[in-house]
Amino acid sequence: MDLNFTDSENAFRDECRSWLEANVPSGALPSGDTKEGFALHLQWEHELFDAGWAAVSWPKEYGGREATLFEWLIFEEEYYRVGAPSRVTQNGIFLLAPTLFEFGTDEQKDRILRPMARGDVTWGQAWSEPNAGSDLASLKSTARRVEGGWRLTGQKTWSTRAAFCDMAYGLFRTDPEQARHRGLTYFMFPLHAEGVTVRGVDRLDGDEGFAEIFLDDVFVPDAEILGEVHQGWKVAMATTSSERGLSLRSPGRFMATATRLIDLYHRFRDRSEPVLRDWVIQAWMDAQVYRWFTFQTVTRMGQGQEIGPDSSMNKVFWSEMDVRTHEIALAIIGNVLELDEGSPSAVDAGAWMKGFQFALAGPIYAGTNEIQRNIIAERVLGLPRK
Amino acid sequence: MHFAFSDDQKMLRDTVREVLLRECAPEIVRAAWEGRTDGVRAAWNTLAETGVIGMTASDAAGGMGMSELDLLLPLEETGYAAMPGPIVDTVAVGIPLIEAAGTDAQRERWLSPAAAGEVRMVVSFEGQEIVPHAASADVMIAERGGAAFCVPIDEVSVQPERSVDRARELGRVSFEPNPRYQMREEVNTVELFALGRERAALGTAAQLVGLSRRMLDMAVQYAKDREQFGKPIGAQQAIKHRLANALIEQEFARPTVYRAGWSMATSARDAEVDVSLAKIYAGQAAKFVAKEALQVHGAIGYTTECDLHMWMKRAWALAAAHGDAAHHRERIGRHIL
Repeated sequence: MDLNFTDSENAFRDECRSWLEANVPSGALPSGDTKEGFALHLQWEHELFDAGWAAVSWPKEYGGREATLFEWLIFEEEYYRVGAPSRVTQNGIFLLAPTLFEFGTDEQKDRILRPMARGDVTWGQAWSEPNAGSDLASLKSTARRVEGGWRLTGQKTWSTRAAFCDMAYGLFRTDPEQARHRGLTYFMFPLHAEGVTVRGVDRLDGDEGFAEIFLDDVFVPDAEILGEVHQGWKVAMATTSSERGLSLRSPGRFMATATRLIDLYHRFRDRSEPVLRDWVIQAWMDAQVYRWFTFQTVTRMGQGQEIGPDSSMNKVFWSEMDVRTHEIALAIIGNVLELDEGSPSAVDAGAWMKGFQFALAGPIYAGTNEIQRNIIAERVLGLPRK
Repeated sequence: MHFAFSDDQKMLRDTVREVLLRECAPEIVRAAWEGRTDGVRAAWNTLAETGVIGMTASDAAGGMGMSELDLLLPLEETGYAAMPGPIVDTVAVGIPLIEAAGTDAQRERWLSPAAAGEVRMVVSFEGQEIVPHAASADVMIAERGGAAFCVPIDEVSVQPERSVDRARELGRVSFEPNPRYQMREEVNTVELFALGRERAALGTAAQLVGLSRRMLDMAVQYAKDREQFGKPIGAQQAIKHRLANALIEQEFARPTVYRAGWSMATSARDAEVDVSLAKIYAGQAAKFVAKEALQVHGAIGYTTECDLHMWMKRAWALAAAHGDAAHHRERIGRHIL
C-alpha cells in the first residue's frame, strides 16, 4: 500500500493545473442544457480536445494522452477544482466510447472517436421508452432488416441533451421471435435523418435537458451496429456499468462541491444553527470517503480485477451523497433558498438550487437506486432473485 | 497511488481468520459472557504462537516490529470473531508504549512475556477510569498527571462495573501513583499517550469493521434460510434493500480505516484527521449494520439465544469507545472549518 501519488502522477497534476488555470473561461457559461449554452460549451470542448485534454485516458491516435486511471482521476480533481464547465460531451466520451473500445470495429473507432471527443459530433443516449424504464428489457422499438441495413421504428425518451445532439445510441429489437433481453441489437443512429422527430422536454429545473425521440422507419446502415446483431443486451450492459461506476462520477466533482459548501458555511456561519456545522463536516467526510473508496476500486482495476456489480454500490453512494450535500447548502442559505438563477439577490447566482435539482436526478438515472439495491443484494450478497 | 494490502498482509489475515474460526467460535464468546474464559485464553495463546500478539514488539522482545497498517487486518478478524479480551490494548497500544517508554526492568518483565502471550496488558488514559478486562489483565499502563506508570494489576484496585456486553468485563480502576512503577521520565509522556490514543481509536475502528462484516454475514445467511410465504425472506425487496444498505455502509467504512492505518504507519501529515474519520465511519457502519441485522432476524434476533446480540452489543460499546462520533467530528471540524 502506498497512498502517496508518485512523482509522475504529481507532475501530471501540475501539468493539468497549469493548463486549466490558464485556459478555463472566467465566469460561468450559461447552462449546457439549453440551446445557447450547449453551443458555448462545445467551443470549450473544441479547446479541450485541441490541447489534448478532452479524453486523457484514450490512446494518442484518437486524441488522448494514454493517461492511467489514476491520472484520469487527478485530471478530474483539477478540472472541478478550478470550476471548469460541465462536460456536454459526456454521453459520448464516458458512456459510448468505453463500449466502442470494447466492441467497436477499427472502422467505427477511426470514424467516430475523434469527432466525438472534439464535440464536432455530439451524442445522446436512447435507452428508455415510455413503457420501458427500470424494466429496460421490455422495450418495444424495432429494427427491420432491409437491403444494406435496417429500418428503425419506435419511441425513445429521457434522452439527455438529444434536442441539441447529432447522434444517439440505443437498443432495438431485431428478432421479433425472441423475448426480453434476447434478440436486441445496439444501434447508433442519426438524429437529423429522415423519419426522426426530436421533441425537447423541460427537466425539473426548466432547462430543455431531456428529449423524446420518435423514429419512423429510419434507415441505418449495417456499419452503425455496435457488436453482433441480436447481442445488444451484452453490449449495453458494458455501458451501464460505466455509467453507474467510475467513468460518470469521479470523486473530483464531489470534493469540489464539498469545498464550495465549506466556503458557503463560512459566509453564513454567524447566523447558522450549530447543527449545520456537523452536517457540513459530514458532507466533507462523505466526499473524502468516496475518494478513498474510488482509489481502492481503481487499484483493483489496475490489478486486472473486474468491478462488475460493485459499481452499483458506487452509484448509490455518490447519488445520495450529492443530494444530501445540496440539501445542507440550502439549509445554510435558509429562507432565501427559493431565489432562483436569474434572480438578482440569489446566493451564488442560484447555483445551489440548480445543483440540488440536478442532484435529485442522480438516484433516478443510470438505473434507479432501487434497481441498484436489487443488483447489490442479488449479485453481491447472493440473495435469491425470486 | 496503490490502495491494496500486500500478499503477506493478506496471508496473516487468513491465518488469524482460520485460528479464530476454530478457537473463538460463538460458543467461546458465549462462555466468556458467563465468566468462563478458558477458551478465549486458549485462542489468545494460539494467536501468540502465530506471532500476532507480538506483532508490534521489537525483534529483541521476540516480536516482528510491525506497523499500525500491518495490524489492521488481524484486528479486523478479532472483531469478526467478537473475540473478548484486551487485544487492542496489548498489541496496538501497550506493547509500543513499553517499547518507547519502559525502563530496562519494565521491558524485561513485561515485553517478551507479552509477545509470547503470557502477559495481557490494559491501558488507562488520563481521565479514563473504566477499563475493560482490567481484572483479568497482568499489568496496567496508565497516564496520570502527565506521568506514565506501568503497574502490576495486583497493585491496582479494580471495582467491577457491568457492560451491556458482558464479555467486556469492565472495572473502575484506581492506584497510588508509586514512583517505583513510573516509566522513563525523559520521554515525552504527553506525546506518547496522544499517539497511544490514536492507536486505540484505529485498532477499535478495525474491530468495528470486522463486527459489521460478521453481523451482515449472519443476516444474509438468515435471509437465505428463513422462509415465509413459501420463499426465503431474502427474496423480498424490503429485505434486500436493507441488506444492500448495510453492505454499502460497511464497504465505504473499510477504506477509511485502511487509509488511517497507512497514515499512522507513515506518520503522514494530518494522520489524526484520518483516524477520526475512520473511527466515525466504522462506528456508524457497525451501529447501522447491527440495526438492520436485528430487523432482518426479527423476533429471534431480539433474544439472547441468537448469537447476533453479542456482536451488536460489542458494536455499541466500541462505537463509543476511544472517542465517539461527536468527539471525532469535533477534531475534524477544527481541521477543516
